[in-house]
Amino acid sequence: MDSVALYIGIAVAIVLVAVVVLVALVRGKSKASPPPVTGAPSEADSTTIEAPPSRGLDPDVSDAVADDTAIAVLDRPEAPAGRLTRLRSRLARSNKLGQGLLALLSRGDLTEDTWDEIEETLLTSDLGVGPTTELMEQLRTEIKVQGNSDPAKVREFLRQDLLGLVDPTLDRSLATQRNAQLEVPAVVMVVGVNGTGKTTTTGKLARLLVAEDEDVVLGAADTFRAAAAEQLSTWGERVGVPVVRGPEGSDPASVAFEAVSAGIEGDSDCVLIDTAGRLHTKVGLMDELGKVKRVIEKKAPVTEVLLVLDATTGQNGLVQARVFADVVNITGVVLTKLDGTAKGGIVVAVQRELGVPVKLVGLGEGPDDLAPFDPETFVDALLG
Amino acid sequence: MFNALSDRLSATFKNLRGKGRLSEADVDAAVREIRTALLEADVSLPVVRGFCARVKERALGSEVSGALNPAQQVVKIVHEELVAVLGGETRRLRFAKHPPTVIMLVGLQGAGKTTLAGKLAKWLDGQDHRTLLVAADLQRPNAVDQLSVVAQRAGVGVYAPQPGNGVGDPVTVARDSLVYAKDNAYDVVIVDTAGRLAIDEELMAQARGIRDAVEPNEVLFVVDAMIGQDAVNTALSFEEGVGFDGVVLTKLDGDARGGAALSVREVTGRPVMFASTGEKLDEFEQFHPDRMASRILDMGDMLTLIETAEKAFDEKQAAEIARKFEAGDDFTLDDFLQQMQAMKKMGSLTKLMGMMPGMGEVKKQLEQVDDRDIDRIAAIIQSMTPQERTNSKIIDGSRRARIAKGSGVQVSEVNNLLTRFVEAQKMMKQVGRGGGMPGIPGMPGMGGSKKSRGKQASGGKKSKKGRSGNPAKRAAQEAAAANPPAAAPGSGLFGAGAGAGVAPPSLDDLPSEFQQLVADTDKK
Repeated sequence: MDSVALYIGIAVAIVLVAVVVLVALVRGKSKASPPPVTGAPSEADSTTIEAPPSRGLDPDVSDAVADDTAIAVLDRPEAPAGRLTRLRSRLARSNKLGQGLLALLSRGDLTEDTWDEIEETLLTSDLGVGPTTELMEQLRTEIKVQGNSDPAKVREFLRQDLLGLVDPTLDRSLATQRNAQLEVPAVVMVVGVNGTGKTTTTGKLARLLVAEDEDVVLGAADTFRAAAAEQLSTWGERVGVPVVRGPEGSDPASVAFEAVSAGIEGDSDCVLIDTAGRLHTKVGLMDELGKVKRVIEKKAPVTEVLLVLDATTGQNGLVQARVFADVVNITGVVLTKLDGTAKGGIVVAVQRELGVPVKLVGLGEGPDDLAPFDPETFVDALLG
Repeated sequence: MFNALSDRLSATFKNLRGKGRLSEADVDAAVREIRTALLEADVSLPVVRGFCARVKERALGSEVSGALNPAQQVVKIVHEELVAVLGGETRRLRFAKHPPTVIMLVGLQGAGKTTLAGKLAKWLDGQDHRTLLVAADLQRPNAVDQLSVVAQRAGVGVYAPQPGNGVGDPVTVARDSLVYAKDNAYDVVIVDTAGRLAIDEELMAQARGIRDAVEPNEVLFVVDAMIGQDAVNTALSFEEGVGFDGVVLTKLDGDARGGAALSVREVTGRPVMFASTGEKLDEFEQFHPDRMASRILDMGDMLTLIETAEKAFDEKQAAEIARKFEAGDDFTLDDFLQQMQAMKKMGSLTKLMGMMPGMGEVKKQLEQVDDRDIDRIAAIIQSMTPQERTNSKIIDGSRRARIAKGSGVQVSEVNNLLTRFVEAQKMMKQVGRGGGMPGIPGMPGMGGSKKSRGKQASGGKKSKKGRSGNPAKRAAQEAAAANPPAAAPGSGLFGAGAGAGVAPPSLDDLPSEFQQLVADTDKK
């Protein structure tokens, strides 16, 4: 017991001292010298200082461009138009939000219990407390004004309300066309926390673009996770898209830079950069991501930064989106794994708070199960 | 970990704290706050309902009339209920009587199964088990490669006869792996399966096939701490589809509030067994419900901290530091350097801070602190002569310039370090003087730090105040420590608050958390 107490004291004291010194030091430091803006990967020394040690310190990246166009048999991906319609049944099957609400609202008497159930339906779809309360108010008013005797009417205003939630006015087009003025390809970065499906999304997005006859280059800037680059290469091979990759543990910014260079040399239309998953709380990793973007922009402007959000993500999704938006200024959200039971209500909060629209939805494990997001089709699918 | 949730609850109780008695309206307000906080923490609605109902019932019941301040009473009730939901006790892995022990991992895509397989393997390897990883995820492109790399990093065996990417039958792989394990004298087999959706009946059947083929001793359900309301559905489908014995919570190093832990535990009754807290293979720990509940209430996780400290220091070092404290000797730069290096052994600073009570706010700033800053400080100190290290007062301008040159930093950084160090030195002295080291060390220091935290937030400067200025409070702490609340842990929890009914209202609640701490260590 005594020794335990002893350790408490020591641990507390040390951590305290460390806090006093370090916090002050960091604060002093940030005042004294602004964080150095690192340049192109050729400045190998400054690069290594920026990168956290776990991500490896190997400055020279021997990029291997795996051009697999020689492979005779290539998959022919499905055209993007109509994908969401095809996947509609899948969405309707798993997602009971719309039908549930419709059933509840169409009941003859709306008692407090029914309203409780409505609230529950909304809350359990991860909509969050704020939007739920708001929507509840709106529904109450509408029921008061219009009554709920006519099911068709109820359906219509519920449709309007849900459409209002997903906001059809936002621009959801993907900027993947070649920049004719600068004569550089469009650059799309795919970012997100671990395990949301970034690499899969990048692969599927490549297929989507190939289906639109775009000339695509993939950059495997996830140099951290074991076998991430192989995973992306597998996707690339299937549709004959070249993949630029560096050795594991190398500087992701330099891989991205090489990928964009390859895209420029090959007169490609679009370069897709897959990045490593990173929790938004890891300051060092977020800095690394900012650097990847800065380094790319030495070559060509980044036209699109897509945040990949898992549909099962709860309220933390908003925090994630906010931090990623701060660091790399996200321009769109990809909502993945929406074919499960999760309802992805968190994107409502994300769209609202950050004004960043959902641009793509992932609705299954098949290679063509990534669809451009269309609010009307989506809401109609929800209502069954 | 769970910071956001504890922040919310602390805020709730700050409002409650001022009042002498709780009316029913007060309880309602508090419960509403708890409800919102829990919902925003992604605890699923049915669980929230049950939880709030229990808290309300108990808060309104006769218990409130006791000696405790009502606000403390609510905290205590919430804490106890949290412990109850989170499992109440720690469960350990069951090993088979006749090896190999088989552990099967199931979960959604992207929950972190493959990474966890590596961590678990490494952890078991550290406990003298020979562990084999089996690649039964033949679905996702290159999952097999990933597992092989992970196994290599963890230094354990891997069985991956199929290339994956949709080729091969996972059930056969799983079955064959047992034979392979027996032939090669592995005593633990970890089967990594493909991620699957809860509604995917085909894949669920496959998971059952694997389960029946290997008859696992433990099926672990791997769930992402960021998961939202869907946690309940997912957990129930997996429970129905494959069945599982324990839960592993991953990505707890993010700032997700981790309500899923509460939901899954409550709905399925299966305990959370492990927590995964980082990307490195050793960032993995046994899940302790009681500690976690304290953490939720911003009481810190001192036990884990102590355990890590024990690993990092040998007894001689500890005794030496203790002696210095007691003797009130000067705390020198040498000591500081030594402690910094020991701390580095304990893990990342942010993580350590997360375990300390009442550090929620400081933590934000600490997130900017890089562990490499410790290296930089070490470099500065190591550029000093032994004489300078023992007596920092002699370091004048030209010495500073030399030190800066030697360690490759600006002179201003050396200045900064020295100024801060002098403050730290004073603080240590105060801790030493006020502490009564073997009794309840650190507590007065903590009191000081909590106060200084407030100042720091407003004034932007860390106070050097080292201990509670309130003798009554110290006395209460010492009394409680000398007489551990073995008989009545409940009243011990807030004993200080109750005993200090005479204390000024500015008394913050930190000491009570330490009562809890001492109670915990005693029980241990």
